[in-house]
Amino acid sequence: MSKSIQAIDMNIYYGSFRAVEGVSIDIDSRSVTALIGPSGCGKTTFLRSINRMHEVLPYASVEGQLLLDGDDIYGSGVDPVTVRTMIGMVFQKPNPFPTMSIRENVLAGYKLNGTRLSRSDADSIVERSLSSANLWNEVKDRLDKPGSGLSGGQQQRLCIARTIAVKPDVILMDEPCSALDPISTLAVEDLISELKEEYTVVIVTHNMQQAARVSERTAFFNIAGTGKPGKLIEYAETSTIFNNPSEKSTEDYVSGRFG
Amino acid sequence: MTSSTRTAERPSNPSQEPQGSRRNKLAQRPLPPWTWVVVLVASAVVAAALAALFTDFHLGFVFVTTLVLFLVTSYVVTRSRAGRRKANDELCRNLVYTAFILALIPLVSLLWSVTSVGMRGLTEPGFLTSDMMGVSGTTDAESVQEGTSVQGGIVHALVGSLMITLAAAAISVPIGLLTSIYLVEYSRGGPLARAITFFVDVMTGIPSIVAGLFGVAAMSWFLGVLNQAGLISSSRSTMGITAAIALSVLMIPIVVRTTEEMLRVVPNELREASYAMGVRKWRTITKVVLPTAISGIASGVTLALARVFGETAPILVTAGFVVNVNWNLFQGWMTALPVYIYRQFQNPINPSLSEPSYQRAWAAALVLIFVVMMLNLIARIIAKVFAPKTGGR
Repeated sequence: MSKSIQAIDMNIYYGSFRAVEGVSIDIDSRSVTALIGPSGCGKTTFLRSINRMHEVLPYASVEGQLLLDGDDIYGSGVDPVTVRTMIGMVFQKPNPFPTMSIRENVLAGYKLNGTRLSRSDADSIVERSLSSANLWNEVKDRLDKPGSGLSGGQQQRLCIARTIAVKPDVILMDEPCSALDPISTLAVEDLISELKEEYTVVIVTHNMQQAARVSERTAFFNIAGTGKPGKLIEYAETSTIFNNPSEKSTEDYVSGRFG
Repeated sequence: MTSSTRTAERPSNPSQEPQGSRRNKLAQRPLPPWTWVVVLVASAVVAAALAALFTDFHLGFVFVTTLVLFLVTSYVVTRSRAGRRKANDELCRNLVYTAFILALIPLVSLLWSVTSVGMRGLTEPGFLTSDMMGVSGTTDAESVQEGTSVQGGIVHALVGSLMITLAAAAISVPIGLLTSIYLVEYSRGGPLARAITFFVDVMTGIPSIVAGLFGVAAMSWFLGVLNQAGLISSSRSTMGITAAIALSVLMIPIVVRTTEEMLRVVPNELREASYAMGVRKWRTITKVVLPTAISGIASGVTLALARVFGETAPILVTAGFVVNVNWNLFQGWMTALPVYIYRQFQNPINPSLSEPSYQRAWAAALVLIFVVMMLNLIARIIAKVFAPKTGGR
């Protein structure tokens, strides 16, 4: 089910401002890829352009190709909605739907799209998704309580459960642990390691230890200065990026000598 | 946290002092908490004495003098005992309370006078169940001269108000809701959105009588067109639906405004979360955005209903005035509650013995206020019931 991603010379714009320039990257299926770099370097922008969430913002546009198992998601006649059903996304801030219970939150991908599910199908989807998000044991007795009543870490895992409930091919994560405490972070990181058995995971993180812990390959983005576009500087095995990078700026950044 | 709590408790808890006799250098000499009561009573007594001496014990004079004396005295007392900062604090606090009481006076007095005067008419048998059919100058004169109960009721006005307001809501809510959805979810601040916002602002300021005239003009034109096309034979525009159109002119901007505010406060993260699961935009709006904002929207609509329920002028010129119940919005004249009140006051049924008409008007005013207050209460309940659920941890 998992699919590979291939970006070919992507330029991403906000209006006339070029935020990301010339990104080409190959992401294997069933792997975890980390995007690191200083703030404002375009890693989140690039991540959002992988499932066309980028164009939800007004005046945003993309040039270049992004191939999902060889098919260009920016090709003409491609519906962004179809792309997003295949490429799920977890956001920086946990955002369960406040009007829905825990159970409804997990089933949101089906309910919001008007898909009818039998009671037993729904039950099995809820249990499977929550179990894969390592949340089942904590919430199984209160599935009908509001999702917003959970702790931050639980809410984030609920959002991950919601994302995997619709069985995407790729899961994008935008700093999923930045609002969480170390214990919840550990829980989410364990989860990411399990998810790569079935999914392609791309994660943006500011935490370099986290990138080193969870990812197989790491992409370092950097920006030449304010108002300049962000670029992909180096993309390699995570151990190479952290121990033996080929670019000077990568070494400066991962060793904390940046700027 | 702990240290600040301890220092705060120390002055009020002298037993914790290391040495009982030593005074805490940080502590101020606090005024006893009942100071303000003493000052208020003293001010009232002095004011009453002054009133008795110089005026005919005028109550308004007593009230104003008490207030001024209280403000000045409590400032002076606090300043001499506790210091300037405390005194300023005291003065400002007293001013705020005074402003609050002054603001309450008209409201309480209005409620009191309407209730006390209107209650008699309201408890008259049949007031809420009969209309004004058969009530004439003669029956009114009889009730005054022979002391029988006042005839006539407001059921026709209640029916008229209900039908007209509901029809106005049926017109305004969809238009207002869709307009604000366009403004918030689709427009991206383009020239059309700016124009709509501008015209909604202009509509908010339209005087209600102008809205009424618009309703008449629009309906006459519409009926005229239908008449020429040979679809209908009548061209009488005075009917309930015309009033509903006039009221919707007043109601649409309120609905647009409140709904727009409510939609804007729905966090963008929820929309993105929905899009990220491959949910289409219109489904995101109907299933995520609207349910999240529904409490605010519903209470806004209810408040808009309360606002137009009390309108008089536009209904008077569009729906006219009758004495019997008319359920049909599309034929014949209709009476609304505010118009009923206006007519009973302005044109008493028996011009020489206007007392029964006044009694009916006051009782109808009481009902009107009650309905409007109920609508406000319902708005609050709706906001509470539909609000997104939190807690349950």
